[in-house]
Amino acid sequence: MAIDFLYPEFEVVRDQSRCIACRVCERQCANEVHSYDEDLKLMVSDESRCVNCHRCVSLCPTRALKIIKSPHTFRENANWTQDAIQEVYRQANSGAVLLSSMGNPKQFPVYWDKILINASQVTNPSIDPLREPMETRVFLGKKPTNITRDQNGKIKTDLPPQLELELPILFSAMSYGSISYNAHESLARAAVEMGTYYNTGEGGLHKDFYKYGAHTIVQVASGRFGVHKDYLEQGAAIEIKMGQGAKPGIGGHLPGTKITGDVSATRMIPEGTDAISPAPHHDIYSIEDLRQLVYSLKEATEYKKPIIVKVAAVHNIAAIASGIARSGADIIAIDGFRGGTGAAPTRIRDNVGIPIELALASVDQRLREEGIRNEVSLIAGGSIRNSADVVKAIALGADAVYIATGALLALGCHLCRTCQTGKCNWGIATQRPDLVKRLNPDIGCRRLINLLTAWEHEIKEFMGGMGINSIESLKGNRLMLRGVGKKKKELSILGIAHAGE
Amino acid sequence: MVIDSKNLDFQELNRRIKTCESLDITVSGCLGQRFLAAGLKDKNITIEGTPGNALGAYLHGANLTVIGNAQDATGDTMNDGSIVVYGSTGDTCGYAMRGGSIYIRGNAGYRAGIHMKAYHDKFPVMVIGGKAGSFLGEYQAGGVIIVLGLGSAENENIVSNFCGTGMHGGTIYIRAKTLNAKFPPQVRVREAEKEDLAKINTYIDKFCMLFSVPRNTIDDRPFWVLTPNTDNPYKQLYVQN
Repeated sequence: MAIDFLYPEFEVVRDQSRCIACRVCERQCANEVHSYDEDLKLMVSDESRCVNCHRCVSLCPTRALKIIKSPHTFRENANWTQDAIQEVYRQANSGAVLLSSMGNPKQFPVYWDKILINASQVTNPSIDPLREPMETRVFLGKKPTNITRDQNGKIKTDLPPQLELELPILFSAMSYGSISYNAHESLARAAVEMGTYYNTGEGGLHKDFYKYGAHTIVQVASGRFGVHKDYLEQGAAIEIKMGQGAKPGIGGHLPGTKITGDVSATRMIPEGTDAISPAPHHDIYSIEDLRQLVYSLKEATEYKKPIIVKVAAVHNIAAIASGIARSGADIIAIDGFRGGTGAAPTRIRDNVGIPIELALASVDQRLREEGIRNEVSLIAGGSIRNSADVVKAIALGADAVYIATGALLALGCHLCRTCQTGKCNWGIATQRPDLVKRLNPDIGCRRLINLLTAWEHEIKEFMGGMGINSIESLKGNRLMLRGVGKKKKELSILGIAHAGE
Repeated sequence: MVIDSKNLDFQELNRRIKTCESLDITVSGCLGQRFLAAGLKDKNITIEGTPGNALGAYLHGANLTVIGNAQDATGDTMNDGSIVVYGSTGDTCGYAMRGGSIYIRGNAGYRAGIHMKAYHDKFPVMVIGGKAGSFLGEYQAGGVIIVLGLGSAENENIVSNFCGTGMHGGTIYIRAKTLNAKFPPQVRVREAEKEDLAKINTYIDKFCMLFSVPRNTIDDRPFWVLTPNTDNPYKQLYVQN
């Protein structure tokens, strides 16, 4: 074998005094790290295959296992880091583009962590959410700019179509193909239970899940996989995917090896052929063209469903959002550069796009300045990690947020970032039946409901603390935010004062 | 039933088409109204004049006939039914169509048949009587595209540039004495043999019947067959990181 210069990243540490050679680890590892040595009568490991997903660690009945980062390193170098060196090796070995998954792991500033939330003291008393009603319901869609009345003076209430959410959190797009049937079922059922929505991604909608249609956002992407009349009619809203935070400006590519059985039927393409989503929609080269797709979808569904346009947060996002708001879209979803993915070229993921915090603030500001903020609702996504991020996003101008990585973590994802291999030991990012069945949709659904319920409580606590009893009053309320340790320019883009001001 | 489309905007015209009780409808005086028959399932519609962009988008079984030219995005993401155009169409005709058929007597603009795909009993067919613009059949994943080049000179390039880039399924047939176009590496080009021609015979016959073109005016030039080199053109592009 040729030398590839790649040394295993992790070490599998097995406490042989605890190991009972039950071989659970061996059966559980789709990467085939563990095996039993008949001669030695011992469990052994090939750590070069380990992705540090913790499946074996979690299931080891005697806690005999742990995975640690290998202390084996190159000579220390602040410029040529271990990753930088190994990536060169990988490309020199293969001549290929580096492929990764999940969100950007690099050290970029996380603005959420430099923003603090206000609370009432003495004046404007805080509200006890356990005692007082707190309204977290939001409606996403175009809002009228003025009140109109009929001949009898009655207010006309025929609004454009709205999505009604019991709490300002939706599950973001993840296609069937990138994640498993059981993962989709968990998300769909949790969305129904919590009065919110999940999103099909661009892989079509499995027939079994049509019954959750009232809580489903169906996506139309450049490849138009699985898009047909019934699919469009099934969804509560239609999302046009122009871009994704993890890989702005490039297309998608689900290899033919993953287009099997139900995934093929749901995407409506033959088994074994690649599912290629071109980088742009080749019928959309302008805002005018986008307007055309928006209206063709509205015509096809008789103006009954809001149309979402999802874009990645990029440099000119404010101007882009202004264009989208004028395209007839009802909702704009903005995906920041830390957003997750089932597979993206490493270089793109780690270097393209901008943080959602700055994008969101500048879009909200621009739409207000242009007097068209009412024309669209805003959904912010791209690494919303907890209820505090949700509250900060809403105060920066979002109507609601998208979560996906957080939802997968609730399902058991350990962020090992190897979704692209299709061997997810947690049954999430895989299509292998033996792995998929490890994710029990009853439990998955329950854990998602738990997560959202917990966040809802916390959001209400934040609101109560601020003396706000309706989430609508928090939207774009940047007086409730202060920055710490950030430069003037950053604070000016965020539209918030520094702490102490 | 005749609907006079004069002075009707696209929403009103579409509403009248959808709510019309008659299954056979003629739309007269059409002047650029967009999205006509979007997602429509079960009507036969003849359009006199020039329908606007996205005619028959997501078409689900209806039959559309245009006595005139069509504009951009005709039959976008069409699933079933037929579109017959007696003139020419604009750009992105049949984008991502999955089923049904589009017959165009004249020319098609740029990017016709991009990302056309077939699935199970769905098999999309596009026949272009004249020439096609650049990027014909880009990313094609299934179905058949036929370009007849009627009215063009023997050595004229009738499919322009970048035909079939990223193609990974389906077939493109080009009728030409000699092929002057340059094709991308994902495409294999060869002269059609009897078995190939047998596969498209019914489509050619239908074209001749629809537009009253004598069959022998088509049979006088050879056809070329374009198929993808592989089902997985981008397979070798990535390494796990």
